[in-house]
Amino acid sequence: MRQSAGVVIIGGGVIGCAIAYYLARKGCRDVVLLERYYLASGATGRCGAGVRQQWGTEINITLARESVRRFERMNEELGYRGDVEFKQKGYLLLAYTSRQVEQFQQNIRLQQRLGVPVRLVGPQEAREIIPILNIHGLLAAAYCPTDGHANPFHVTQAYAEAARRLGAEIHTYTEVTGIRVERGRVTGITTDRGSISTPQVINATGAHGGVIGRMVGLDLPLYPERHQVLVTEPWERLQDPMVISFHHRLYCQQTPHGSFIMGVGDPNEPKTHDQNATWQFLREMAGKITWLLPPLKDIRVVRQWAGSYDMSPDANPILGECGIQGFYTAAGFSGHGFMVAPAVAEMVADAVLTGTAPQPIRHLGWERFSRGDLLVEPSVV
Amino acid sequence: MNEQLTGPVYICRCEDVTLAEVWAALERGVTTMEEIKRLTRCGMGPCQGRTCRQLLARELGRVMGESPGAADMATYRPPVKPVKLGVLAGGE
Ligand SMILES: Cc1cc2nc3c(=O)[nH]c(=O)nc-3n(C[C@H](O)[C@H](O)[C@H](O)COP(=O)(O)OP(=O)(O)OC[C@H]3O[C@@H](n4cnc5c(N)ncnc54)[C@H](O)[C@@H]3O)c2cc1C
Repeated sequence: MRQSAGVVIIGGGVIGCAIAYYLARKGCRDVVLLERYYLASGATGRCGAGVRQQWGTEINITLARESVRRFERMNEELGYRGDVEFKQKGYLLLAYTSRQVEQFQQNIRLQQRLGVPVRLVGPQEAREIIPILNIHGLLAAAYCPTDGHANPFHVTQAYAEAARRLGAEIHTYTEVTGIRVERGRVTGITTDRGSISTPQVINATGAHGGVIGRMVGLDLPLYPERHQVLVTEPWERLQDPMVISFHHRLYCQQTPHGSFIMGVGDPNEPKTHDQNATWQFLREMAGKITWLLPPLKDIRVVRQWAGSYDMSPDANPILGECGIQGFYTAAGFSGHGFMVAPAVAEMVADAVLTGTAPQPIRHLGWERFSRGDLLVEPSVV
Repeated sequence: MNEQLTGPVYICRCEDVTLAEVWAALERGVTTMEEIKRLTRCGMGPCQGRTCRQLLARELGRVMGESPGAADMATYRPPVKPVKLGVLAGGE
């Protein structure tokens, strides 16, 4: 391990690895990334892997749209020997109340203005898009054919390998235990395998962002919230787009591999680092999904797991320098960090290299919480 | 073992993962069972790695020069046996 570095990134999820790549590509030659387990061992490797541009705020729509452009050419850009498996099969968002329909119409106007090819469809057309959909009670749906999903392990690995080729050092099984601050500036970090002096640290530890903040005496409003997922055996092609129902608080997609991945949000999930999967989740998920997509009743569940959403008070991330010179944070993605990782990582790298956060992430600084200037995102599952 | 002599050797039968794919991962510096599982899908099929976990651990040990027990065994995820969604929903 190097004794000194220009930038140290803490966390080897998709965010940390993508930032390492962009820093290295933009000419920063001494980047070190430290991950306490293996790459993508946190939320990244546990996520639903959906990529949607259908958001309710201009910032999230822009970040997702710009990321979709990067996902589309990711294999080539990163010179990846594998495949990040980005497939644009669309997203279908279901509305069951007139309030939801109005919210969708409002979102769609904004999304269209920002160049996202989304439209409102009626129940019949929704069933043409997903023939196995039970449209009972459905009023309308929002459909965007360029949304999709990608493989989170391969995306993370692709960024990590490209960063390494450009000179970044990545150490797994290395835990950061402390950050040295002298006269209001970061001067180094300590790990369980030695220390590194550095003027810049990036906190990309997801749901652990608050713990890292406390290492420099900051109280970052970040906390974990458990979410659960299950995956089925592979099956013949039944469903192209990802389906989201805010009404049932669930999402479900069929991956290119043929398996179905689905999750359901539960407001009573523990706000801790608990990552245990539960029987209650299996029962609730099975009940809801066999109602919404009846043919799934014959398909077997092969695995279930849990992961932590990295929540912030307004369900949007904290990006940029926080309180102490050289201490940057990129965490708090509140369940939608994978899909925005490419664009966010490039902007965070720019902020670190130039000292000023580019638009649009300027609005995502941590000062917004003390100003009471929250950026509430209405479209979170 | 030489795959040129034997043809592809399947280490994970559920997901059709060959020994050559495992070697390719090792060559790229992916050397833990958890990572190999996630990048190659070895052990992610319906049998949940009941056969290939041991084979993979042995191969990793061989290539890395460690005893198979030293490998960081991949996590077993519930359910232990695949169950139909319809059964879980209480329908059948
Ligand atoms: C069930 C579930 C479903 C989701 N579905 C989606 C989805 O469909 N689409 C989407 O865009 N997003 C989704 N998300 C959210 C997405 O997974 C996250 O927002 C994203 O992966 C965040 O990436 P990250 O790199 O910031 O965090 P992580 O992947 O959590 O990485 C942080 C890393 O930091 C490491 N770390 C922590 N402390 C230390 C330390 N002291 N020293 C060294 N390393 C440390 C951890 O081990 C971890 O690997 C989902 C999340 C969950 C849990």
